[in-house]
Amino acid sequence: MGHRIGIVNYLELEPKPVLRHEVCDACGARFWGRRNACACCGGEAFHVKDAPDTGVLRAFTIVHRAAPGVPVPFAAAIVELDDATFISANLLSIELDPAAITLGQRVKMTTFVAGTDTEGTEAVAFGFIAVAEQEEALS
Amino acid sequence: MSAETVWIVGIEMTPFGKHVDSDQVDLGTRAAKDALCDADLAMTDIQVLGAGTMFGPINLGQRLQKQLGQTGIPVYNVQNACATGASALRTVYTTIRSGEAEVGLAVGVEKLSTAGMLGTGAPERRDTGVFTPAGRDGAVMATEGLLGTGTMPGIFAQVGMEYLGRHGRNLVEHFYKIAAKNHGHSVLNPLSHHRKPFSIEEIKNATTIAYPNTVLMCSANTDGAAAAVLVSESRLRRLPLATQRRAVKISASVLRTDPWTPEVGVLPDVNTCTRQAAAQAYELAGVGPDDLGLIELHDCFATAELLHYDNLGLCEPGGAGDFLDSGAPYRDGRIPVNVSGGLQSKGHPIGATGIANIYEVATHLRGEAGERQIAGAKVGLTHVLGLGSTCSVHILERAVTG
Repeated sequence: MGHRIGIVNYLELEPKPVLRHEVCDACGARFWGRRNACACCGGEAFHVKDAPDTGVLRAFTIVHRAAPGVPVPFAAAIVELDDATFISANLLSIELDPAAITLGQRVKMTTFVAGTDTEGTEAVAFGFIAVAEQEEALS
Repeated sequence: MSAETVWIVGIEMTPFGKHVDSDQVDLGTRAAKDALCDADLAMTDIQVLGAGTMFGPINLGQRLQKQLGQTGIPVYNVQNACATGASALRTVYTTIRSGEAEVGLAVGVEKLSTAGMLGTGAPERRDTGVFTPAGRDGAVMATEGLLGTGTMPGIFAQVGMEYLGRHGRNLVEHFYKIAAKNHGHSVLNPLSHHRKPFSIEEIKNATTIAYPNTVLMCSANTDGAAAAVLVSESRLRRLPLATQRRAVKISASVLRTDPWTPEVGVLPDVNTCTRQAAAQAYELAGVGPDDLGLIELHDCFATAELLHYDNLGLCEPGGAGDFLDSGAPYRDGRIPVNVSGGLQSKGHPIGATGIANIYEVATHLRGEAGERQIAGAKVGLTHVLGLGSTCSVHILERAVTG
C-alpha cells in the first residue's frame, strides 16, 4: 500500500481517521486548521484534541453548478458534531434527492480516497453517512 | 457637543442591467453627476468622497475624480464584500459626523454582467503534480466539491436550510414564494435588470444551481452604479427650502461584523451580525419594526431573505414563513420588503447595491417612486450582508419640514 495523506491538516489518519481541533489553552475555543491566535480570547497557545466522529445534519444543499473540473451533482452539508462544533463536508452514500435527506438526522464520519498524486500518494478526504439511531446505539 | 444629524440631499442610480459600452468609471461618473444634480450641488462643494467597488479598478475614487473634478479632497476607496456600497456611504457619513466635512459624495459601482458564479474557488490543483500541503488548512487538493461547497448559491442554500432545520414551521416552499414576490415587484421598477413575473412553479422548476436555489432565486449578475450626496444638519439649513423638503434623514447608520461564536466559523454567520446591527439601528433611530413603511434587505438568494425577516425583528422568533404567508412583505402588505425587485430581479452589482438600496427607500420617502410608490412611507430600513461577514443597516426618515 502506498503513502496516504489527509486532504487537510485537521484530518489525522493514524491510527484511525479522526478530525482534530486546535483548542485554545486559555479559553477552550475550538478551531480547524492553522491558527495565529484565538478568535474568542486572543490567546496564542493551542493544543490538539480529537473531535467526535458522529453528529447531526444541520444544513445541506445539492450543488448542480460548480467551477469547471468539480464533478456535480454532490450533496454538501454542515454537520454539528457531538461536541457542538460544526464541520463542512459532503454527504456520502445517499440518493441525491432532497426528499431522501432529513435535517436533524444522525450522521457518522467516513473517509474516502479523493485523489492520487504523481508519486502514488493517496489524498484521503472525509464525508458523512446517515446512520439510524438504533444502529448507532448498537455499534 | 453631540454629533450632527446627517441628511441625504441627492441620490441616484443608473438603470441596472448590461452596460456593455460603459466601464466602471463611466457608470460611477454618471451616477455621481446625477446625484449632484439631484442635490443641486457641484463637485466643488464636495469635501470628501467615498468610492466602493468589489471587483472594479483600484483607486476607483481617484479615477472618478479625473472625470468629475480633481479638487484635492480626501478619497476613501472601500471594499467590503456585499456591504461595499453601504460602507462607502458610511465612510462619508462618519466623516460628516466627526465635523471634518459638511458635504460628501458616496459612489458605488460594479460590472458583473459577464461574470460567472462567484465563490467557485480555484480547483487548479486537483490531481496534478505531487501533493504539497498549502494554505491555512494544509490542503493537498482543492476541497470544493470534496469537503462541501464554497459557492455563493451553495453557501446561502445551506444558510437557508439551517433556518428550516431550526424552525420546523418554515418550508422550502417559502423560498420559492419569496422569489416569486420579488420578481413580481420588479415589474413596476424601470431601473430593474429584470422585469418579468414568474409563478412559484416556474421558479421551482427552473434550472437548479444549488438546491433549493434555482437560477431564478439567485442574484442577477448586473452592471450598475449608485451615488449619494450627504450633508450635515447645519449645512442642510443653509440649502434652498426645496432641497430641505426633499431631504432624507439618516436616523441610524450601523456597521457590524460577525462576533465569535462556538460554531467554528464553518458556515458563515449571517444572522448574529444582522441581529446586532438591527438592534443597534432601532435604538439609535428610536423606532421599531412596526414603524417601518418599507424595507430593502439583502436577498442575494431567496434562501437568505426568509431568515432576515427574523433577524430584523419583523416577526416572532422562528416565524419568518408565517410572516411571508400573512402577506406582510408584499408591496400591498404591512411591511413591504424589496419592492424594487430585490437583488434577485433588480440585480446585484455588488459595489453599488448598498447605495442602490438606500436610493430605493429614499425615493419612496420622498414620494417620488412613481408607479411603485408605497403610499405614505415615512420611515424605511436598508440592510446589506457581506459574506465574511459584515452587516450594514441604515434607517431613513423623510423630512418633516415645510
